Amino acid sequence: MEHLLINHYETAAVILFGIGFLNLLLQNNLVKKIIGFGIMDSAVYLFLASQGYIAGRLAPILVGEVANAADYINPIPAGLVLTGIVVSVSVTAFSLALIQRLYQKYKTVNFDEIVLLARQKGDE
Amino acid sequence: MSKMARSKKEKQTSWQRFCTWVNGGTAEQPLLPAEPAKPKKAKAAKPKKQKAQPVRKEWMGLSRFEHIYRICAVLIGVVMVGVLMIAVLQLPLFGSPDNPSVNEVVERYVEKGLEETGAVNMVAGMILDYRAFDTFGESSVLFLAVTCVTMLLMRDRNNTNKEEDLLTAREHVIEGYEEDIILTKVARIVIPCALVYGVYVVLNGHLSPGGGFSGGTIMGSALILFAVSFGMIRMSQFFNYATFRKITSCALMVYAASKAYSFFTGANHLESHIPLGVPGAILSSGLILILDICVGIVVACTMYGFYALFTKGEL
Repeated sequence: MEHLLINHYETAAVILFGIGFLNLLLQNNLVKKIIGFGIMDSAVYLFLASQGYIAGRLAPILVGEVANAADYINPIPAGLVLTGIVVSVSVTAFSLALIQRLYQKYKTVNFDEIVLLARQKGDE
Repeated sequence: MSKMARSKKEKQTSWQRFCTWVNGGTAEQPLLPAEPAKPKKAKAAKPKKQKAQPVRKEWMGLSRFEHIYRICAVLIGVVMVGVLMIAVLQLPLFGSPDNPSVNEVVERYVEKGLEETGAVNMVAGMILDYRAFDTFGESSVLFLAVTCVTMLLMRDRNNTNKEEDLLTAREHVIEGYEEDIILTKVARIVIPCALVYGVYVVLNGHLSPGGGFSGGTIMGSALILFAVSFGMIRMSQFFNYATFRKITSCALMVYAASKAYSFFTGANHLESHIPLGVPGAILSSGLILILDICVGIVVACTMYGFYALFTKGEL
C-alpha cells in the first residue's frame, strides 16, 4: 500500500486507464467512446512522464558547458509522449470525422441504433 | 403549488431533453433542431415505424446480450486494473535515480548530445536528430489524418446536401453583414501576438522548451481565431485548399529530403557536414532548425485544416 502511495502517479495512471477502458466498452454513444479513448491516452502519458522523472534533477535543457548525466532527468519519455500525443490527435480527428459521416447517414450517434438501422437497410 | 409542480415538470422535461441531446438525440428528437431538415427527417422516421415489430425483437435480443456484455466488461476492466496495480507494485520507486530506465542510452544522449547534435534542448536533439525518422513518421501521420478527414468531410460533388448548402449560404450572408465588434477588435490585437509567439517557439525549439509541434499548434490556433472572427471568406483569400496542399506537401518533402541527405552521408549518425554552430545561438545545431520549421508548418496547417473541415466542410 505504501508502495502504491509513493508511486501515486503510476497508480493514478492505472486507475485513469481503467476508467477510460470501461468508458470505451460501456458507452453506447460513439462520441463518449472517443472521450474514453482520450482518457486512456492521457493515462499512458502520465505513466510515461512519471517514469522519466528523477528527484532533484533538472529538466533536460543544458545549463553551462559541460553536460553531466547525473544532473538531468531522463529525456526519452518526453519524446515518447510527444509521439503519443500526435498519434492520438490524428486518431481522434479521424474517428470524429467517421462519426460525423455516420450521423449524417443515420441521424444518430448511438452505436446500437446505428447497428439496427444498418441491418434494416441491409434487409431492404 | 400547482405552478411549482408544473415548473418542476417542465424542468424535468427539459432535463430529459438535455439527456437525449447528450446521448446523441434520436430521429424524432434531432440533435440540431434549428436545421431546416424536416422533410428528410420525416422520410427517415417513417420506415422505422413501419418495421417496428422486427426492430423490437432485435432490441430485446440486444438488451439481453447487453446485460451479459456489461457484466463481462466490468469484470474485465476490474481484473485489468488489478493486474496493472500488481505491476505498479513491482515498479521501482518514483523519482529514484537507479531506475532501470535510466541506462546508458540516457547517459549518451545527455553527455554527447550537445557535441553531436548542437542542440541545447536535449529533447529536441533527440527527436529531431537521433530519432528524426520517427518524427518524420509523426508528421506523416498528421498529414495522413488530415487527408482522411478531407476525404470524409470535404464538400464536393459527391458529398453535398441541399439543407447544408442552404445553411452555409445563410451563414455567408450573415458573415457579410455583421461583424462582431468585440471579437474582431480583440482578434486584431491577439492574432499578431499569437503568430509571433508561435514563430518564436518554433525557432527556439533547440534552445528552450517547445519546438515544431507546440509552436505549430499556437500558430494554428491563431489561424483558427482569424477564421472565427473574420469569416471563412476572408480566410480563403490567402489560405485555401490549393495553398494548404502546396505548403504541407512542400514542408514534408523538405523534411524527407534533408533526412535522406543525412542518410547518404552515413546514416550512422551525423556526418552531414553542416556546421553545428555555437550552442545557444539561433542559427545552430545543423538541420534541427529546418526540421523544426517544417514540422511547425505541417502542424499549423493541420490544426487549421481540422477546424475548417469539421465546421464548414471546406478549406
